[in-house]
Parts: sequence; structure tokens; C-alpha cells
Amino acid sequence: MQIIKDREIVEDNWLHLDDEAQLVAGNITVSLARWQEQHETLEHHEGGLGLRLSGDDPLEEIVPDLARFSLIVLLFPVFTDGRCYSYAKLLRERYGFKGEIRAQGDVLQDQLFYMSQCGINSFELANPNRLTNALSAFDDFSESYQATVLRPEPLYRRR
Amino acid sequence: MYQYDKYDQMMVDQRVAQFRDQTRRYLAGELTEDQFRPLRLANGLYIQIHAPMLRIAVPYGLMSSKQVRKVADIARRYDKGFVHFTTRTNFQLNWPKLEDVPDILAELATVQMHAIQTSGNDIRNTTTDQFAGINAEEIEDPRPWAEIIRQWSTFHPEFAYLPRKFKIAIIGSENDRAATKLHDIGLHLVKNHDGEIGFEVLVGGGLGRTPIIGEQIRPFLEKEDLLSYLEAILRVYNRLGRRDNKFKARIKITVREHGINHIRELVEAEWVQIRDQLRLDQKEIDRVKAFFTEPDYDSNAAADTSFEAKLEEDKAFARWLKQNTFEHKVPGYKAVYVSLKKHGQAPGDITSEQLEIVADLADKFSFGEIRSTHTQNLVLADVKQADLYELWQQLQAEGLATPNINTLTDIICCPGLDYCGLANATSIPLSKQIAERFDDLDHLYDLGDIKIKFSGCMNGCAHQSVGHIGILGVDKKGEEWYQFTLGGSSEADASIGERLGKAIPKEDVVDTVSHLIDAYVDLRREDESFLATVRRVGVDPFKERVYADN
Ligand code: HEM
Ligand code: SF4
Repeated sequence: MQIIKDREIVEDNWLHLDDEAQLVAGNITVSLARWQEQHETLEHHEGGLGLRLSGDDPLEEIVPDLARFSLIVLLFPVFTDGRCYSYAKLLRERYGFKGEIRAQGDVLQDQLFYMSQCGINSFELANPNRLTNALSAFDDFSESYQATVLRPEPLYRRR
Repeated sequence: MYQYDKYDQMMVDQRVAQFRDQTRRYLAGELTEDQFRPLRLANGLYIQIHAPMLRIAVPYGLMSSKQVRKVADIARRYDKGFVHFTTRTNFQLNWPKLEDVPDILAELATVQMHAIQTSGNDIRNTTTDQFAGINAEEIEDPRPWAEIIRQWSTFHPEFAYLPRKFKIAIIGSENDRAATKLHDIGLHLVKNHDGEIGFEVLVGGGLGRTPIIGEQIRPFLEKEDLLSYLEAILRVYNRLGRRDNKFKARIKITVREHGINHIRELVEAEWVQIRDQLRLDQKEIDRVKAFFTEPDYDSNAAADTSFEAKLEEDKAFARWLKQNTFEHKVPGYKAVYVSLKKHGQAPGDITSEQLEIVADLADKFSFGEIRSTHTQNLVLADVKQADLYELWQQLQAEGLATPNINTLTDIICCPGLDYCGLANATSIPLSKQIAERFDDLDHLYDLGDIKIKFSGCMNGCAHQSVGHIGILGVDKKGEEWYQFTLGGSSEADASIGERLGKAIPKEDVVDTVSHLIDAYVDLRREDESFLATVRRVGVDPFKERVYADN
């Protein structure tokens, strides 16, 4: 499958494992429940490890484990559920997460600008046929008034 | 007033381009109805009974004459030649075509206007007192702060998909003309014991189905901390607010379910983490304040004697002056209401021709600025007393001088069944009938300050639950009925009105108002106001009067 990562269309090399699915080598993501249950096994996983979070999951609880993950997947069950915008921003700014943050679920072109400003840098679009069109959305606005992850100084400091 | 620089202009221009593309994709079938809805709402566009409704922002209720002329022009070319002002100081076009909306927004952008975040689950237009900057009791002019909030809230990437809409109002004096206690966040500029000026912060007010009065979350906030504190509240709400039930999604319910103390703890804990990073620079505060300096007032304005003479000789002028003007902090000046409440006309409506005349009058008499009010009127804020007579005559010629401000016929009314897809019942025609029933001005003045607020459904766009008399349209098996409440207030003494009794059929609504007024006249002590009377005697004596002959 193809995704958008750092404003480019790339082949995805991650496998999102269901909680029942057998662990396999390579890049995998797991749910928070699985991580909490099997973290000892997963510590020794060969390959990249990623964690899937939804707005229902307690973000603060996983902060001590963040260093173990190279990918955090944030789930948008419907695109109007805005909780994970705050998660992305906190992961980047407060908890210093440097790895990939990916939006998954009901991810549409018209939200990409805001998502990217909050620190999400990869996107599994709900409709993978629209990847090329969606790329333009990152340039919908060339400025933000606020301090954002991509532009840490608010606009007024640049005026 | 604030003027866009290249950044502000670029942002609204890019917004127009973005929405043009979104509309094109919707019309081409690339966006579904569900996908397009939040996008159009974030650009002020509802789909209504007859046509789309476009709500255009008037940030903190301030417009230039140039902007007002553009509005008049747009209403004429893209709509039926009139606009409707709302309780949140915005205005609405009731008949635009969906395909035209991107062009309308592009035209608005040429005069530094937009419809950004006037609907939808985002941070809405920040509102304030229509007498900001000119009233003598003011601690500080709230408008620069409202502009700072406007910029912070515009396209805030983290808060574009909140659980529900979010409204902020700010005032600079104790007299609350902006219903701040009924906003998601209310901000009051206050002075602390050391004489420093900062903000008292309220949270969790709101109207609609479950009207709740906001509670204090912080008694004093340093001004430089404004944005960090707002950001902390919004972040807590974005994470905690309910998303399972849209009727429980407003922050007022979050505050009620968790308690103000718990919410305060969460907000303060969040705030300490971002406070330093988001502290406002004095340079920015000064930059914005520089747009709101006093106009070039005539220091001799009070010396004029023609004004007194006119007052003596023209009773109608004197009556209008008493009712429709407001004391200005500068001697020899007054703020003047342009009444959009002519009896027999839809409250808050104004035609393109009238808008153009108001723009001309603003240029001639009031430094080219026009303000919109929470009560759906307009204000010319800086008129010299020597000019009042001429201004009055011209307003009168246009039907904009009905001397009824703050009287029973200064009704706040939502569009109701005439325009709104959510309505249960008619509101505008009944408001007109009420105004016609109380057409005798001497009678109106004798009744004093009575606020009637009339909504066509539970959403309460006209704030009926905080009306001295609230009227709410309800649906009973497909028929229009009306629920009355008494004793509400949206001001500093805010309160939610109490139900009068069972709903009343449409044909009895105007009579019911008459009965209530008759009861008040019998019950009041000397010059006791309607609200004070209701608070003293309760609703029962009114109830007896209204339901006696049913
Ligand atoms: C025909 C167009 C309109 C539609 C479809 C509409 C729709 C709505 C809806 C759905 C709500 C409820 C939101 C909630 O409970 O969270 C609401 C509330 C509100 N509307 Fe409207 N409205 C319209 C016109 C107006 C007008 C003309 C005004 C002003 C006169 C207005 C001002 C408000 C206000 C102030 C609220 C209550 C805010 C609060 O709950 O704190 N709306 N509107
Ligand atoms: S109160 Fe109801 S009827 Fe009136 S405008 Fe609002 S949604 Fe429509």
C-alpha cells in the first residue's frame, strides 16, 4: 500500500498487527493493549516497533515507553474526531517524540494541513486513490498565526 | 480599526482558494455530503429550507464604511438585497447560491472580511461590547484583545475539530452587553488589588437546550498569559469533551460533569507547561493596540449649543435621543443606535440601500466606522452632539430611528420557520405582531426595559432562556406552540428564565405578551423594572393572569 510520508508518496513497509495475529519479524505496529500485555516479548522484537493509539487511550501512560517506538499511529475513527490533533502536538512538543507519527482511519485531504502543523508526518488516506491530489493540501496555507510543530514561533514574532 | 497586513490578507485569500476547490470537488462528486458539511460550516455555510445560508463574520462587531458598502453590494448581487444581523454580531445572507459562495468569499476578502469559523465545531468569532473604547466606566478597551484572540483562533490547527462549537466573548467594563456569562469562555478585564489590569476568566456558559451560566475558573490572569490560558482550556476540552452525544458535547456539559474544580486543576496543570512558550510579547500587544487608538475627537464638541436648542423644540428628537443614544466618554459626543427594530419588520434585517446610507452617515458623522450589537442593532459610536439632529433626520427617513432601544419592541428574534431548517415554529411574523401591538411609544417608555427573546426551536439562537420574557417555538404533533419563560437575563446579573406553564397556541402568543405586561403594570412598585418585579414576586402571579381565561 502507498502512503504519504514527509510530503511524498511512498510504499508503506509497516504491518499493523491485530491483537490475535502472530508476531512476525519486520516492522510491525501493535495496539496499546497488546503492548501492555506483551511488552517483555516485544522489547526483543526484531524490526521496527510501532504503537497504535486512539483518542480513548491514556496518552500520558505510555510516555515512559516512547523511546521504544519508531512509529506512533494515531487513529481517526471519523475525521471530525479531533482529539488526536492534541496527541500529535503533545507527542512532539512535550514528550519529544522524534519518530514517525502517522494518521490512520478517516484521513482525508482536507485535514492534512492541520494534521501536519500538529506534527503528524505520514498519512494513510481513507481513499488511497487520491494520494496525488492530496499532496497539494500541505500548501493550502503558507503561514499559521499560531506556534505550530512545523513553525514553532507564532506569526507575530515574524512580523 | 485593525488593518490586515500581507500575512492576514494572504491567509484569507488562501482560504478562498481552498474553499473554491472544496466546493468544486463537492459539486463534482469527489467529496460526499458528510465530508463537505464540516468544510462548508467552517466557512459559514448552512444548507437551509429555501437555499444555503451564509454567515459572515464581523470580528468583535466592528466594520468600516467600505466594508458595509461591500456587504450591501454583495447582498444585492448575490442575494435578495438585504442581510440579517445576528446576536453574535455577525450577519447572514439567506438566499445565496452554493456555486456563488466562493465568489462571495473572494469579494469579501477584498475588503478584509471573511466567513471563517462562523459555524461548525471550531472557535467562533469573538464578540464584545458595542461600546468598547468609548464608555466611561471601561477599565480597558477589549478590542485589541479580541483581535489577538481572532488571530490565535483563526485556523488553529489543533482546535479545528472540537467536540462542539466554541464561543468566546470579552468585555472591558462591569456592564455586560455581550452576554459573556453565556459563552464557552467569558473574559472580563478587571483590576486586581495592586491596580494591575488582567482578565477574570469564566468557563462553561452556554445556551441552547441546556442553558448554563458560566463559572469562574480564574479570578485574575495576567494579560500576557491570555493565549496560553485559552490554549490550555481548549486542549483540556478537546481531549475531554464528549464526542458520543452532540447534545452533551459543549464545554458547559464537560464542566458540569467533571465539576469546575476538577476542570480548573486540569487547565492549570496544562497551563503551567505552556505558559512560558506562549507568553505574549509586549511588542505584539503594542502593535495591535496601535490600531485601536482614539480617533481625532473635536475637543470643542461640547461647546455646541444648537443641540440643546433642538432638544427643546423637537419632542420626537428628544425622545429618540433619550432612547437610542448612549453616553460617550468624550464630552460633546454620543454613541448612536441605528435601530433595526422598526415595528412590523423582521428584527435585525437591513436592506442594501439602508446599509449604504448607514455607511455614508458613518463617513460623515462617525469616523467611518459601524458596529453591530448583540441585540441585532447597529451603532455609530462617535457622533458629535452638533451632528445628532441631522443624523437623526436621515436615519428617520430610512426607518432606522425607531426610538425603541431596550424597550419591549427591541426584540431579539431568530429566523425561525421562515428560513431555518431546524425550526419548530414561526418567530419573525409573531415578533412583528408583538411590535405592532405595542406601537404606542409612551406606553413602551412607561414599561421601561423589557427584553423579549424569541427562538423558533430549542437551539435557542435568540437566547430566549435569558430573555426577561423568553418565547420558544415547540412542535406539538405538527402544530406550532410556544413555551414562555420569565425572569432570564444575559447581563452581569445573568439568570435562566423560569417556565411560565404549559405551551401556548400560536394564536394566543401576542395576547399572552399583553397579559404578562398587564400583570406587570399591576404588580410593579413605583418604577420597578419588569425583571425586578418577576424576581420579587416569582412567576405565579403572571401565570395566574395568563392561564386564567384559558
Ligand atoms: C437559519 C439559520 C440558523 C441555523 C440553521 C442555526 C443553527 C443553530 C444550531 C443548530 C444551534 C445549536 C447549537 C448548540 O446547541 O450547540 C444554534 C445556536 C445558536 N445560534 Fe443559530 N442558527 C441559525 C441562525 C441564527 C441566528 C439568526 C442567530 C442570531 C440571531 C443565531 C445565533 C445563535 C446563537 C447565539 C446560538 C446559541 C449559542 C449557545 O448555545 O451558546 N443563529 N444555531
Ligand atoms: S433557534 Fe432554532 S429555529 Fe431559530 S434559527 Fe436557531 S435553529 Fe433555527
